[in-house]
Amino acid sequence: MTLEIESKEATHDTDGLPVEELVVNIGPSHPSTHGVGRVVVHLDGEVMTHVEPIVGYLHRGIEKMSENRTYLQVVPLTDRLDYVGSMYANWAYCRAVERLAGISVPERAEYLRVIVCELQRIASHMMALGSAAGDTGAATMFIYTFDERERIIEAFEELCGSRLTYNYVRPGGVSFDVPEGWLDNVLAFCAAHRDKLTEMDKLFFGNVIAKGRLKGIGVLSAEDAVAWGASGPVARGSGVNWDLRKHDTYSVYPRFDFDVPTGSNGDAYDRGRVRLFECYESCRIIEQAISQMTEGPVKTPLPRLLRPAPGEAYSHIESARGSLGVYVVSDGTPRPYRMHVRSPAFCNLALLKILAPGHMLADLVAVMGSLDPVFGEVDR
Amino acid sequence: MSSFAMGAFWGLAAGLLIAIAALIGVWMERKVAGRIHMRIGPLEAGPFGLLQTLADTVKLVLKEDITPAAADVRPFRLAPFVVFVPIASSLAVIPYAVGWAPFDISAGVLFFMAVPSLSVIGILAAGWASRNTFATIGGIRGAAQMVSYELPRTLSVLAACMLAGSISMTGVLDAWRPWWLIVLAPAFIVYFIASIAEVNRGPFDLPEAEAELVAGYFADYSGIRWAIFMMAEYGGVVAASLFGAVVFFGRGLGLGGVPGALLFVFFAFALTTAMMWVKWTFPRVRPDQLMTLAWKVLTPIALVELLVVGVIASWML
Repeated sequence: MTLEIESKEATHDTDGLPVEELVVNIGPSHPSTHGVGRVVVHLDGEVMTHVEPIVGYLHRGIEKMSENRTYLQVVPLTDRLDYVGSMYANWAYCRAVERLAGISVPERAEYLRVIVCELQRIASHMMALGSAAGDTGAATMFIYTFDERERIIEAFEELCGSRLTYNYVRPGGVSFDVPEGWLDNVLAFCAAHRDKLTEMDKLFFGNVIAKGRLKGIGVLSAEDAVAWGASGPVARGSGVNWDLRKHDTYSVYPRFDFDVPTGSNGDAYDRGRVRLFECYESCRIIEQAISQMTEGPVKTPLPRLLRPAPGEAYSHIESARGSLGVYVVSDGTPRPYRMHVRSPAFCNLALLKILAPGHMLADLVAVMGSLDPVFGEVDR
Repeated sequence: MSSFAMGAFWGLAAGLLIAIAALIGVWMERKVAGRIHMRIGPLEAGPFGLLQTLADTVKLVLKEDITPAAADVRPFRLAPFVVFVPIASSLAVIPYAVGWAPFDISAGVLFFMAVPSLSVIGILAAGWASRNTFATIGGIRGAAQMVSYELPRTLSVLAACMLAGSISMTGVLDAWRPWWLIVLAPAFIVYFIASIAEVNRGPFDLPEAEAELVAGYFADYSGIRWAIFMMAEYGGVVAASLFGAVVFFGRGLGLGGVPGALLFVFFAFALTTAMMWVKWTFPRVRPDQLMTLAWKVLTPIALVELLVVGVIASWML
């Protein structure tokens, strides 16, 4: 594949004057690329004719680094994949290792994993909604969503001492049981969060300008969503009812009663609103999990050096961005022979190339915000 | 006093007024935005953070004034002043007291409508001379936007001039009657929206759209030149608010003396606050939506309003 970054083919207009496409390089250092994304855009006036997302600016070689560390030492590396949803990568990796080594997980640990991951989903969706709104100029929505995210991050800090890179889910369980009163705080948060979500829905998605900016922008058909490997809210916004929590269920998710919100138009507006509605469902799951939870151990005792039998294992979970898969191969030594991450953000970002052309430059950030890429996970 | 000295005096006074207005305006904006965001806003520098803008200004003045190597140097360095001077000049025709304006010409309204429009040349020059794609797009957006919104804005003010039978600022003020409030309500709404677009503020801040154009036409400016662009923006807000308070609210509902002056200040501040409120609540519109609003919504409303006011004026007067 060649990158057509420079286009010097001059055409001529009706008066015989040379006309050139304007090539705008957006990123890797730009306010709306959500990190270090880079997009090369060809403009005809304000309309984009060609959009090329370029990745690789945050490549840290996490997959290769994993091959030189013991199974437990890889867990902190997975924190750095999706740094606004660290719990998911922790869990996806630990599930793969548990499958590989045949480790069982105590029930209380499974419930705690569900609770922290649903909280993480809310935190991640708040970030996605806030920055997508901020990209369209709604600064207030940005502050409101980050206020909610801050509550969850504070709860995580109380739980495991970190605000972003938690290293909480470990092979065989979780690192700590919850502190005294923590679950009550989470319940209180969920109760208050619903009102905030309703307020945000009115403030941003009910706004006439936001509707005008997001409706009909970056329309993704259900067929394309499946063909391009989209998952998570991006696929569900196009009406693809695909959620691993329901359709390839894992952990204790079958015990909960929750719905999978889907959109109908597949535009940026629907993708954003699917995220908003998922937060309500996450609150429902957390409340059910807390009421069903029983006392018990949170960790299976494991040897310091795990030496799984030679073999391979794949595990995927529903992260805030979609199907996050981790593939681990063991050759019988204490270190993984290969660790690979199937990143939903990477697959979703690729859609920018088909969703953005034909729209105006101002829509690029709206489309990109609705795809919610996190470059730690895209580049790995 | 010679006319030159008078001119210098009033020029200095207008510059000072804008500087003070910008200082208070930036502080107020940050406080208003803070309250809307459930934050406190600046608090540390001085009482209630009042000196925050002063501290920022000192920082900006001390910063290096960078001219990019690729820039077209002369237009690049001149552009901030071309934007600022017309907006500062427009403040000269505002009647600050009953029957008195610093520069009371018989075509004050025309002056106010026409002169600030010259700043579009500065915006275009800044965008073009930066030799930066973001700045170029921002400059072109700015030119298209300001020229488009000129029309509904002027038409809406024209309705008031028709009722007054005068295009002098003091003439409009003298002729103002409370029933104008009802008749001119649509014209005022058009004026308010068009003014926000005219001074490039949110939700119509497309030329400097942070999300896609970083800072638009002044993306490459730094230090004092950047500060002059910001002062021009706040000067524009203040000028639009003062002018709106005079033409549509008759300088405090026609009261003279101190109560009238206080009401005048109150209305001007209310308009400024409303502009900030709109900016921090609404997302930004898209260029095509902006043009649609100007040509398909505001201009027809202003034209119909002009027709209605014309009928009323011929029947009343």
